[in-house]
Amino acid sequence: MSEIPAELRYAASHEWAKNDDGVVTVGITEHAQDAMGDLVYVELPEVGQVLAAGDEAGVVESVKAASDIYAPVSGEVIEINEALEDEPELVNNVPYEGGWLFKIQMSEAGDLDNLLTADQYQAQIESE
Amino acid sequence: MPPAYAPRPRPDIIAAHLNSGVYMGHRTALYDAHLAAGGKMVDFGGWDMPINYGSQIEEHHAVRQHAGVFDVSHMTVVDIAGAGARDFLRHLLANDVDRVTPGRALYSGMLNDSGGVIDDLIAYKRDNDYRLVVNCATRETDLDWMEKHAGGFAVDIRERADLAMLAIQGPQARSLVAGLLSGARAEAVNTLKVFGFAEDGDWMIARTGYTGEDGVEIMLPGADAVKLWEQLLDAGVAPIGLGARDTLRLEAGMNLYGNDMDESITPWEANMGWTLVLNDRDFVGRQPLLNQQQHGHGELVGLVLEGKGVLRAHQQVLLPNGEQGEITSGTFSPTLGKSIALARLPAGATGKVDVEIRNKRQPAQVVKPPFVRNGKAVYKEL
Repeated sequence: MSEIPAELRYAASHEWAKNDDGVVTVGITEHAQDAMGDLVYVELPEVGQVLAAGDEAGVVESVKAASDIYAPVSGEVIEINEALEDEPELVNNVPYEGGWLFKIQMSEAGDLDNLLTADQYQAQIESE
Repeated sequence: MPPAYAPRPRPDIIAAHLNSGVYMGHRTALYDAHLAAGGKMVDFGGWDMPINYGSQIEEHHAVRQHAGVFDVSHMTVVDIAGAGARDFLRHLLANDVDRVTPGRALYSGMLNDSGGVIDDLIAYKRDNDYRLVVNCATRETDLDWMEKHAGGFAVDIRERADLAMLAIQGPQARSLVAGLLSGARAEAVNTLKVFGFAEDGDWMIARTGYTGEDGVEIMLPGADAVKLWEQLLDAGVAPIGLGARDTLRLEAGMNLYGNDMDESITPWEANMGWTLVLNDRDFVGRQPLLNQQQHGHGELVGLVLEGKGVLRAHQQVLLPNGEQGEITSGTFSPTLGKSIALARLPAGATGKVDVEIRNKRQPAQVVKPPFVRNGKAVYKEL
């Protein structure tokens, strides 16, 4: 059973979002990294890039496949996790901590309400 | 004599159908052992097989640095016997079984009338007959093709679904396997030459593989395979899934049927020219190969990506002169720490090319595979 922290919100496309006073940190879930397998490359958005919720924001590539990352909320990218350039395996090892992908200065606070709760996300992956 | 083969009924699968009402794939004798080892099971050509047992990259390194064991029982084993077996195979295969003596194996394509590759296989030459190991995904096509061409030859074609197959590969593989065996079997593991094989009872031990490392492949009864698997794991041999099998074979510059060649691709176009014996015998696909040899053809070469990212099958390759090619297999090479690929390019392509990855051009170097042999980078820039 994969870990799904109760305090985070989730996109159906397997990103997690953590809100700190309007700055939303984004990563992929434990379930998603497990399904992808060993990650070998992460392509992140650029700092300053403005994204709408649901926009393509990057790509994670494992040995076997590439998978798009979507912005869970709208806003401007204010920071990216540069450590992933040399250590993409952080996403596998600590997906909710050192394996975060990027941070967005959220422009529409209501976007968070469109995301899944931990219970809802749990239900989604059980039905997949 | 009519050839005799029939798909075998599989009581285990029928029972699974009846019990669950849900389709389940074929299972090898090692299915329970895979689950016990933490294997993540996926459908592979109709078989439930382990893609990895946790980390594909760690499994890859285990084979390059120590030893790993693969369950390859899904592959199709076919025995070809009868007074006409030699003539039949000299007609059926693009490589010539006369090139080897008994106790030796050879790699060959089996071609269609246009020279396209129906399958690639290993042919083991015994004293009086032959054994072929072909891909599981092409099983029906292969057996139908063999039967179709058997008319006029005194030959008996018999699938050996009763046999399991383990590949044990890596620098320590042979010494670890030999340590678990005795008598003729241990002797075979210790002394076989590359592409040599030996038989003892129901076991066939061959010094072959699909990883670019030393090792053996063993065909044996399922119950024996389960026991040997357990002994190997106890001896510190890592179980290796199909994920690492693919990265290992690609580093070794070995083709994967369905990716790097298929029925529309000839051996010339798939870096398999070395397997063609164009002597005076008349084998299936011969004339189109001769024509293509005269008129020219694309080539399968290697690519090494210069920057970060991952090369994947079907990405377009752009040459400086405006010509194009396509990647047939691509991955991240755990040994080299960068991405590698096999690509079909116009003849004579060399130097730097661009690969289109998500609408961006990324520079790559054309190289001659293999990329890795015996744990070391060996590719040469073209």
